[in-house]
Amino acid sequence: MTIDWTHFSPWSALAGGALIGLAASLLLLANGRVAGVSSIIGELLGPADGNRRWQASFLAGLILAPTLWAGLAPNGLPASDLVPTGPADWSVLIIGGLLVGFGTRLANGCTSGHGVCGLARLSPRSLIAVLVFMAAGFATVFLARHVLGN
Amino acid sequence: MTFLIALLSGLIFGLGLITSGMSDPAKVLSFLDLGGRWDPSLAFVMAGAIGAARLPFAWALRQPRSWLGQLMPSAPAGTIDRSLILGSALFGVGWGLSGFCPGPAITSAGAFALPGIVFTAAMVTGMKVFDWQKK
Repeated sequence: MTIDWTHFSPWSALAGGALIGLAASLLLLANGRVAGVSSIIGELLGPADGNRRWQASFLAGLILAPTLWAGLAPNGLPASDLVPTGPADWSVLIIGGLLVGFGTRLANGCTSGHGVCGLARLSPRSLIAVLVFMAAGFATVFLARHVLGN
Repeated sequence: MTFLIALLSGLIFGLGLITSGMSDPAKVLSFLDLGGRWDPSLAFVMAGAIGAARLPFAWALRQPRSWLGQLMPSAPAGTIDRSLILGSALFGVGWGLSGFCPGPAITSAGAFALPGIVFTAAMVTGMKVFDWQKK
């Protein structure tokens, strides 16, 4: 293993992470709700209940964030910061999306629900979920890049 | 009022995803590439998020109600079972293939980036498939 020092950005990662933790804390403190993105989308797809309004509002915030960022940042927001490098591989995006959608509903959470909120409340279920999806992610990239070649 | 708070929370969350690099699939894949030139940055995202949320969460979950009078969520039901493990594994494979997880996918779609829109459409389909097979 070699470390990619040229792209290593611990401070912006830490600051962005703190914003994510702040956002999740605000939602819990003020609304008593968990900022789990896959659960929010999944429940919006299901039968209507009293949570629809805040769930749709939270997603609207996520959707508007890049526009707000592009307005605030002096250099705007490079499109390359939000999409994969190189020409898009549509089959990979579609298969990946199907797996992420199905898997996060089956596991009841993703990087935000289990990775941030669950770990912040010291949930053993979330710890296991995080260890499993990280391991699966590491293994998948290893296979794709170093075994099957890519 | 709850929807304004949710909107603000979603906005801050999205700005955090962009600031941290979490919304950049190339950076995610470099983070997951232990066998190549490894960029460990994104480990700091989780550290920052949990560091910022740990004490507010501990305090909030001891309160009977939220600031706006809503009941606090109870501890999540369920145990460490097959669904949790299998679902997380499938999610991890999809994440490792694409570099997208649900939050960044929505943010990327919000910037009208076609890969983000396509991924989000597939993700929503995957969620619908889950709902159908559960019935």
